[in-house]
Amino acid sequence: MSRPSTQWDSEAMQARLRKRYASERRFKLAGLAAIVGSLGFLVFLLGTMTWNGAGGFMETRVKVAIDFPRSDLFIDPGSLKGSAANQALAGADIEGMVAAAARDQYGPAGADFISEAAWLRVREEIGRDPTLLQRRADFWLPAASGLEGRLEFGRLKDTGVIQRGFNGRFLTSSDATDPAAVGIWGAFKGSLITMLVTLVIAFPMGVLSALYLEEYAPRNRWTSLIEVSINNLAAVPSIIFGLLGLAVFLNFMNMPRSAPIVGGLTLALMTMPVIVIAGRNALKAVPPSVRDAALGVGASPVQVVFHHVLPLALPGILTGTIIGMARALGETAPLLMIGMRAFIAAPPSGISDPATVLPVQIFLWSDEVSRGFVEKTSAAILVLLAFLMAMNGLAIFLRNKFERRW
Amino acid sequence: MSPLILFALVLALGFVGWAAGRARATAFAQGGSAAKRPHSVKSYHGWYVALWAAVPALLFFLLWQFVSPILVTSAVLHGPAAGLLPTDPMSRAAVLSEARGLAAGEVTAAFNPLSNQMAPAFAAAARRYALMGAVITLILAFAGGAFAYLRLRPNLRARTKVERLVMAVLLVASLLAVLTTLGIVASLLFEALRFFSMVSPFEFLFGLDWSPQTALRADQAGSSGAFGAIPLFWGTIFIGAIIAMIVAIPLGLMSAIYLTQYAHPTARRWLKPALEVLAGIPTVVYGYFAALTVAPAVRDFGVALGIPSSSESALAAGLVMGIMIIPFVSSMADDSLAAVPQAMRDGSLAIGATTSETIRKVLVPAALPGVVGGVLLAVSRAIGETMIVVMAAGLAANLTANPFDSVTTVTAQIVQLLTGDQEFDSPKTLAAFALGLVLFIITFVLNVIALRVVRKYREAYE
Repeated sequence: MSRPSTQWDSEAMQARLRKRYASERRFKLAGLAAIVGSLGFLVFLLGTMTWNGAGGFMETRVKVAIDFPRSDLFIDPGSLKGSAANQALAGADIEGMVAAAARDQYGPAGADFISEAAWLRVREEIGRDPTLLQRRADFWLPAASGLEGRLEFGRLKDTGVIQRGFNGRFLTSSDATDPAAVGIWGAFKGSLITMLVTLVIAFPMGVLSALYLEEYAPRNRWTSLIEVSINNLAAVPSIIFGLLGLAVFLNFMNMPRSAPIVGGLTLALMTMPVIVIAGRNALKAVPPSVRDAALGVGASPVQVVFHHVLPLALPGILTGTIIGMARALGETAPLLMIGMRAFIAAPPSGISDPATVLPVQIFLWSDEVSRGFVEKTSAAILVLLAFLMAMNGLAIFLRNKFERRW
Repeated sequence: MSPLILFALVLALGFVGWAAGRARATAFAQGGSAAKRPHSVKSYHGWYVALWAAVPALLFFLLWQFVSPILVTSAVLHGPAAGLLPTDPMSRAAVLSEARGLAAGEVTAAFNPLSNQMAPAFAAAARRYALMGAVITLILAFAGGAFAYLRLRPNLRARTKVERLVMAVLLVASLLAVLTTLGIVASLLFEALRFFSMVSPFEFLFGLDWSPQTALRADQAGSSGAFGAIPLFWGTIFIGAIIAMIVAIPLGLMSAIYLTQYAHPTARRWLKPALEVLAGIPTVVYGYFAALTVAPAVRDFGVALGIPSSSESALAAGLVMGIMIIPFVSSMADDSLAAVPQAMRDGSLAIGATTSETIRKVLVPAALPGVVGGVLLAVSRAIGETMIVVMAAGLAANLTANPFDSVTTVTAQIVQLLTGDQEFDSPKTLAAFALGLVLFIITFVLNVIALRVVRKYREAYE
């Protein structure tokens, strides 16, 4: 039997070594490529969203001059004082008047240049300053979402009646049918209320059960049943929690559909196992000598845990809680199940009002056919990602500031 | 009286009880000699009184929220207004619920004029019972507080009693997880059994035809109401367990190997969290990205290859899902590689193997059970993933192996069946719960197997 040569300076051995080193380099390169590929995808995704979404924070405006005294609009200036003002404005045909003014300036297609909701801004302006009705005034009104694609756009731009600026209303208004008028405040507020409900339920429940399981529970069959269900719940697909919420909270308990209270409860059940697991790890990291010392000076088991162990474990528990909440904030599927996908044009004011949340709003806008919604969807995604990044940043900050190595 | 004010009042009584109990315990401590020193610290006496004041009252208050609607309804039914009600049970229930809504102010205008007549009776009864509940709650709070206050003695074991309650609360909180699991199993099973009483389980599990729209007319096309779920199971496996894993396993495993074996510690400190950002991005964002950017590119690619392609494809959804799963696979692989004893690595390097040979021939085989467990967990994550497939994989229940074609999954169909106009009790909506049950069982089994594999493997090296 002939063995390959093991003579170091032999040609065959050197060739074999070269081959092995080449394969070593290839393997290392493959590892680097995997990392770079994954991170490249991340950069590509974020880049695409930023590229598409940056436009969502901007709006194109068209200058429309309205000569109120000469228009068909009739509003008694006296009626605009006090509480009757809204009623007087609602009764007047401002929409038609604005469309007529646009047609006067830009020809028969002029009314299509401005957004369907543009007249609402004129109404707001009149409400703020009724003396407008006695004079001629220029308004910068939001353009219709397809205006950039129209043939007349170049001509309009040259005459200086087009302006592009930051769209502050995107952050302060709610859902609408016209992409030029939508905003995310309604969905954002819905998210905040839902998260508040989730936090109020999941945090105490999660911390208390982590304390019980880690510090007091006897090692028996019942405890292991609890542990198995918590570990299993942490891995159950989120949509199953949506089915649970639909069957129990909506159909069995008759809670209101689309309400933050139901969404918050559903997400709390989903988040609780995450908090329990993080809490148990944080409690495990507190050294036993702390417990022994407290017991040694005469503290009762409850005092040991609540006076000594829990305060030391709290930063770790909080970090886990924030990460769990961030996951709940990005969750969409369970909320679709409990009906938080309705068109909601007003921000919710309580836990039982119909509401929607940011991720669901993104999903709803992504289904819209109108082109204008693409940049609005991406802009909403940017807001959601910024919010998530802030939460995760807070978690990392807490961990770095308070984490103790024993 | 609004529930919130009542709640605040009970809490205020509890606080008064706390202060009173504490003050009395302070008096014991000052008055008595050393032999009569109180058993517990004085604040425990305060807590003892406060808990006696607040807990029974709040428990009653909570119970009353469930009992009083029943009492109100029965009071109305026995009242004079009940004579107006129709005898037909269906319209009777409708009128009752509408009148209840009117009285509570949830409904502004009634559909049935009879409800308007019933509403005042409801409102009166509701007011009466709410007042009754409030009075009983306050009496309970006061009585509980007074009872506890009178029982305060220097030798009262206040701390032991308070701590016993604390322990009970801890136990109840940890039982919530069990309750949730039971709730999931019960609600899925209950609705799924109703579904299986309409559609045979055999047809559901082995049927090849899925079109849940029930026909309104006999001659309607494409609405046969067929519930054969095999195309959904195939779509789920195709996207979640095949395409996504083809992307995630090599990328995740190689990333973990590079990070643990090759990367400089500084690079590792930055690259690992950056990789984990992929897991923190909401799935709806991935779904939007898949639908907007990846799916059209995949379709164009398919068309260029001459393969029939649709605008929503299994490949687009699977690719993006695979990327989402990478950090998951990578962190599981990371853990299992780290668990391989250092001696094995050193031994291999010492006999002259290169790093890559050590990794391929020693570390990965030794870590394999852990990696497999991690992959199983990743599969269970992938098949339960919803938004990416809803937005990018489509709704057509095709039984196809062409990755450029559109397929649908269990989760996408659950969303489809339960959103939009739905009538309850139809096989269409109940089918969603049957699909949910299947999904729950499969992910549960995968998780149990994966955890067992990982644990067995850990034990092997300890």
